[in-house]
Amino acid sequence: MSGETLPCILSFEDVTFGFEDEPVLRNVTFSLRQGETLIVHGAAGSGKTVLLKIALGLLRASRGTVRVFGRDVTGLREHDWFDVRSRIGVLFQEGGLFDSLSIEDNVAYPLLNQPLLAAPQAEIDQRVRESLDFVELGHTLDKLPSELSGGMRRRVGIARAIVTQPALLLYDSPTAGLDPITANTIMALILKGRDVQRASTMIVTHRHQDGEILERYRYDEASAALRPAGAKGSPSFTRYMVLDQGRIAFIGSPAEFDLCADPLVARFASR
Amino acid sequence: MLDILKAPVLTFQEFIGLSARAMSGVVRKPYYWDDVFVQMDLIGVGSLPVVILTGFFSGAVMALQMSRALQTYGATSQVGQIVAITLVREMGPVLTALMVAGRNSSGMASELGSMKVTEQIDAMRALGTDPVMKLVKPRLIATAFVLPLLTVLADFLGLVGGWIVACSMLALTTGSQYWNTAWRALEYNDIAQGLLKPFVFAIVLSLVGCFYGMRASGGTQGVGRATTQAVVVASVWVVVLTFVIGRVFVTM
Ligand SMILES: Nc1ncnc2c1ncn2[C@@H]1O[C@H](COP(=O)(O)OP(=O)(O)OP(=O)(O)O)[C@@H](O)[C@H]1O
Ligand SMILES: [Mg+2]
Repeated sequence: MSGETLPCILSFEDVTFGFEDEPVLRNVTFSLRQGETLIVHGAAGSGKTVLLKIALGLLRASRGTVRVFGRDVTGLREHDWFDVRSRIGVLFQEGGLFDSLSIEDNVAYPLLNQPLLAAPQAEIDQRVRESLDFVELGHTLDKLPSELSGGMRRRVGIARAIVTQPALLLYDSPTAGLDPITANTIMALILKGRDVQRASTMIVTHRHQDGEILERYRYDEASAALRPAGAKGSPSFTRYMVLDQGRIAFIGSPAEFDLCADPLVARFASR
Repeated sequence: MLDILKAPVLTFQEFIGLSARAMSGVVRKPYYWDDVFVQMDLIGVGSLPVVILTGFFSGAVMALQMSRALQTYGATSQVGQIVAITLVREMGPVLTALMVAGRNSSGMASELGSMKVTEQIDAMRALGTDPVMKLVKPRLIATAFVLPLLTVLADFLGLVGGWIVACSMLALTTGSQYWNTAWRALEYNDIAQGLLKPFVFAIVLSLVGCFYGMRASGGTQGVGRATTQAVVVASVWVVVLTFVIGRVFVTM
């Protein structure tokens, strides 16, 4: 499948970023095309979270150009970012659920606050319910985040990320700190979110299994189950990226990733 | 030398930036009135007990301490005047502000700080709200409205405290003379000063609390640090500003 012809959803050109004088990202260049999945690996502190936050406009690149949905957002003012962000779904590493709001209000938050997504209350309620049912938490509407387990909170975060049906999904370490079974449930949900809505997905993770699931499986809507990619319909369209101290140490297809001889990259592959 | 100054200057610059955004935000939409009322309740009603106690006892202690000095001049009848002027001009606003700094600037710093380190502030921005409008502005409006009221209450209770000490405990003067001198001592100037101060303090207290909260980093430890800094900085500002405002009024 030739991805080159598909529109570019997110692109970084020679992006550099630093806190005060310390560089965190150096000359990062990559692009994410429509429907593509980009799996980002990297050691702790290599700049993965910062990368996602620059894509969301929460941090500002010191140099370089960032494009989101084909629009140059490098110097965009905060006010104008809201329109761009309304088409991006995000799950934060620390969760970012509002602990003073109920689960229902948390998931409804983007629908209530993004001017571009304004909808009648009845429709909002319905979409919130659908989204929570999607992550199998329909029964927790009135609970507070503090009353849920870590895995459940992560699922609420996913529900909140996909409730707006965004064209671009950013997941920061969705499986960190979870047991393997819960982690696989979370990955199945992310896969489902990706394939049902055909969103471009960028996912930061420490587990090589997460990458494999995204790379090798697809969610089949007809049978409501995960199927090996390529068995039916188009193969999934996945690439890997490895960050090392703010630089891209590797970016390429799954096959290239598996064969890469660089010991730094090999650490993250399943071998 | 320049390096030592760089950090505080940059911090102050950031603070001015946040203040400018919050204050210009006061006249712009969106308004989150629910949050404003929650904050008013938290700051106003929540601070009542401590403000009542400090107000009452500061007036009482003043009457107590002044009694000796006034007796040596044979001017014990003036006790109401002295209590009224010191309370309304200085003690009421400053003590109330210090109490609210300890209760609410710290509360704001720790609340916003924990929101910052758990990425809730990032989430707000990502999901379509401006944290300055949603978090800082309601706290600013609520404090600016509530602190002057608390101060008036503290002033009044201080006068009551002074009255109880002066008339019942020490029998320095009669009740009617106490209230008479107290009332007549207060000029327009004193009242203006006594209300302007809490209004200015309120702006500083809320903005300092929010500022240190919003720039917290480094997990729970960072939140603790932010909270301490907020209280210390807010309290120092109160003491400095009361002098500055007092100086302006004295020359007027
Ligand atoms: N607010 C901040 N102020 C200063 N430095 C920061 C800040 N946030 C992150 N950093 C630094 O930026 C670098 C990259 O941080 P980042 O959070 O992107 O790491 P990460 O790859 O997401 O790590 P992890 O896997 O642990 O989440 C780190 O060295 C970190 O110390
Ligand atoms: Mg991270």
